Amino acid sequence: MDFKFTEDEEVFRLEVRQWLKQEIPQKWIELDPGIWEETEESWTLAREFQRKLGQKGWLAPSYPKEYGGLELSHMKRLILAEELAYSRAPLSIEVEVTVNWVAPSIILFGTEKQKKDYVSSVAKGDIILCLGYSEPNAGSDLASLQTRAVEVGDEYVINGQKTWCSYGHLADYCWLAARTDPDASKHEGISIFIVDMKTPGITIRPLINILNRHSFNEVFFDDVRIPKESLVGQKNKGWYQLVIALDFERSSIGYAAANQRLIEELIKYAKETTRSGEPLANDPLIRNELAQLAVENEVARMMAYRIAWMFSKGLHPSYESSMSMVFISEVMRHTANAGMRILGHYGELDRDSKWAVMNARIMRMCLSSLSIGVGGGSNEIQRNIIAMRGLGLPRK
Amino acid sequence: MDLGLSEEQEMLKKLARDFLQKECPKRLVRQLDESDQGYSSELWHKMAELGWMGLVFPEKYGGSERNFLDLTILLEEMGYNIVPGPFFSTVVLGGLTVLTAGSEEQKMEFLPKIASGEMILSLALTEPTASYDAASVKTKAIAHNGKYVIKGTKLFVLNANVADYILCVARTKQAKNPENGITLFLVDAKSPGVKCTLLKTLARDKQCEVVFDNVTVSEKSIVGERDGGWPIVKDVLQKATVAKCAEMVGGTQAALDMAVNYAKERVQFGRPIGSFQAIQHYCANMATDVSGSRFVTYKAAWKVSEGLPAALDVAIAKAWASEAYGRITLSAHQIFGAIGFTMDHDIHLYYRQAKAAEIIFGDADFQRAIVARELGL
Ligand SMILES: Cc1cc2nc3c(=O)[nH]c(=O)nc-3n(C[C@H](O)[C@H](O)[C@H](O)COP(=O)(O)OP(=O)(O)OC[C@H]3O[C@@H](n4cnc5c(N)ncnc54)[C@H](O)[C@@H]3O)c2cc1C
Repeated sequence: MDFKFTEDEEVFRLEVRQWLKQEIPQKWIELDPGIWEETEESWTLAREFQRKLGQKGWLAPSYPKEYGGLELSHMKRLILAEELAYSRAPLSIEVEVTVNWVAPSIILFGTEKQKKDYVSSVAKGDIILCLGYSEPNAGSDLASLQTRAVEVGDEYVINGQKTWCSYGHLADYCWLAARTDPDASKHEGISIFIVDMKTPGITIRPLINILNRHSFNEVFFDDVRIPKESLVGQKNKGWYQLVIALDFERSSIGYAAANQRLIEELIKYAKETTRSGEPLANDPLIRNELAQLAVENEVARMMAYRIAWMFSKGLHPSYESSMSMVFISEVMRHTANAGMRILGHYGELDRDSKWAVMNARIMRMCLSSLSIGVGGGSNEIQRNIIAMRGLGLPRK
Repeated sequence: MDLGLSEEQEMLKKLARDFLQKECPKRLVRQLDESDQGYSSELWHKMAELGWMGLVFPEKYGGSERNFLDLTILLEEMGYNIVPGPFFSTVVLGGLTVLTAGSEEQKMEFLPKIASGEMILSLALTEPTASYDAASVKTKAIAHNGKYVIKGTKLFVLNANVADYILCVARTKQAKNPENGITLFLVDAKSPGVKCTLLKTLARDKQCEVVFDNVTVSEKSIVGERDGGWPIVKDVLQKATVAKCAEMVGGTQAALDMAVNYAKERVQFGRPIGSFQAIQHYCANMATDVSGSRFVTYKAAWKVSEGLPAALDVAIAKAWASEAYGRITLSAHQIFGAIGFTMDHDIHLYYRQAKAAEIIFGDADFQRAIVARELGL
């Protein structure tokens, strides 16, 4: 056992940190978009930054060199992910989805042409894909999706509706799951496609999220014709590809690192703020609360480290990722709630209030953290996975 | 012993439920949340016509002489529906203060106008320390030629932006014990030197910064005794805390009802999600929390209503309800999944309320400290 990073890894961390210090635009820091708070303005800044990161090879560092990656070790990836999240670098969630789920699926299942067309562009930061999975009646039960893709000549014609499609209005392509065989059992007739979001027949309707921002959308497909080569992997085997993609490394390390930063800011606030003549940091209840947050976050971090370590040993975590995701989601909610208690009335203030503290990050987290245990597989579904896949408990 | 509502209370509850459902739909709630004013004068006057503003005032002041417990039943329903506006400020924080501590002249002047919906009040107590203790009252009122000049900054003042009068808690004398030397003034909100700025908050309730920049008021505007204001504040805070708990109980009930209904309707994997034990357990825990909050709140409200010592029970109710409301709305969000993460859905309105209610008049830690003290620790 050895919990130390190697010297080489430590040098790498410093290099990343140094680079981020120079490259994160001031404007981004001012806009300070939290989770699900991207605007077109911040999105544009983020895309510029992502290209820079791509040029460094740090956007998709683990990809094979032929597709623009550096074949970086899992531990260095971990370090990079930590530093990016801790520094609040301009990376939208869709980039993570694109880099960590979509492109690796293409590497695994795509044709040579698809790999050439998409994977290197992803690694360069040139394209972003949105996820077209959920439908009004297919949330946790994703396999019951109804959007149809029918083969006609050398095209597929798509009809149906997707929902909760995050940043669908800003993404270049959609990574779409559609039903290609309506007669087969529900897991058997699904296929995956890459669809250009500018294709005629696609209508996007904004959904305003709880932070009063436009992050997700309903996407309607109305006789949308796409070339046959848009199919990824095997026809009707999309479900199995999709499940494997869900097991790809989930970046709960990013959440843990971002949350670490927030806890540190709370600690700073507690030290600098006096109430009834005493620093908040002297209040035993507040000390206890902050210490507990630090404990929980360290537990979350070790769970994420374990996943990176498993990958580095050639193992494939599955329920271990679920544990890590469920746990960090609850730590983040706890941090938001505890932060609110520590800040008291000040925690309620939104950004443009003159008395707001910590740039209203706590009140925004109170809202945004609600999504962490829901999107991308709810905590209940993750717990089912831990119980059944992880512990072998019976289904019935 | 009787833990149930009287027939009259049941009627009040039902009337309030039906009226608010019809007259204060969530469409209006959202609209008011987004507006600067934060209340609808049409709804306000209808509520006044129903006698809600004067519910607990004696008849001679235009009231209907019901008791405090009745008021909490009404507030529970207001919490169930969510009714944006200055009812709480005007009736609980302002009206009850004037009723308990005001002079006959003040009662005659203010209470009938409150009861008829003509007057809106606000209580300016908290300051930049954001806490509810006497030592935090730094705003000064200095006697000058038979008048008083008020100077200081009040923060997190509810509904001051629409108030006709602001009850300002100010220090008139420096004393060793910070509870001495505090005086309450009824300040015309239009007085020169009163500057009110709306603060944008999570619950989109209308909290304000109110700056008193050398505001001159007459001696007649003092409520209660000069330098003897703190016991009045303590009394109103106790009532307000129970009243807030009642609102919270209503909110928890609404969140539970919404979540349970959805769990019955929403189908995934070919069955209602409410048939999954994970969801059933959430609902069961929520129901338990609602019930727990309700009866400790009723007990505290009953004690206050009967004029019995209630410090322990009030603190227990707020300590419990503060955290229960948060837990319940969080579970509700979990049950709603992505749809609950939208602005269009109603559940976040309750989640936001829960956060504000948790903090106001002291959070659970603050209340537990009172409980410990009351237990002789
Ligand atoms: C912010 C955000 C962004 C999103 N972005 C995207 C996106 O870009 N693309 C996309 O396709 N989707 C996206 N989603 C949708 C997300 O994938 C779904 O929310 C998720 O799959 C859950 O589905 P649902 O919301 O319909 O909830 P439901 O599936 O209806 O679940 C409701 C409740 O029932 C529970 N439940 C369901 N089944 C079971 C079970 N078997 N056992 C126990 N409990 C169960 C759930 O855990 C939840 O508590 C996003 C969601 C959010 C919140």
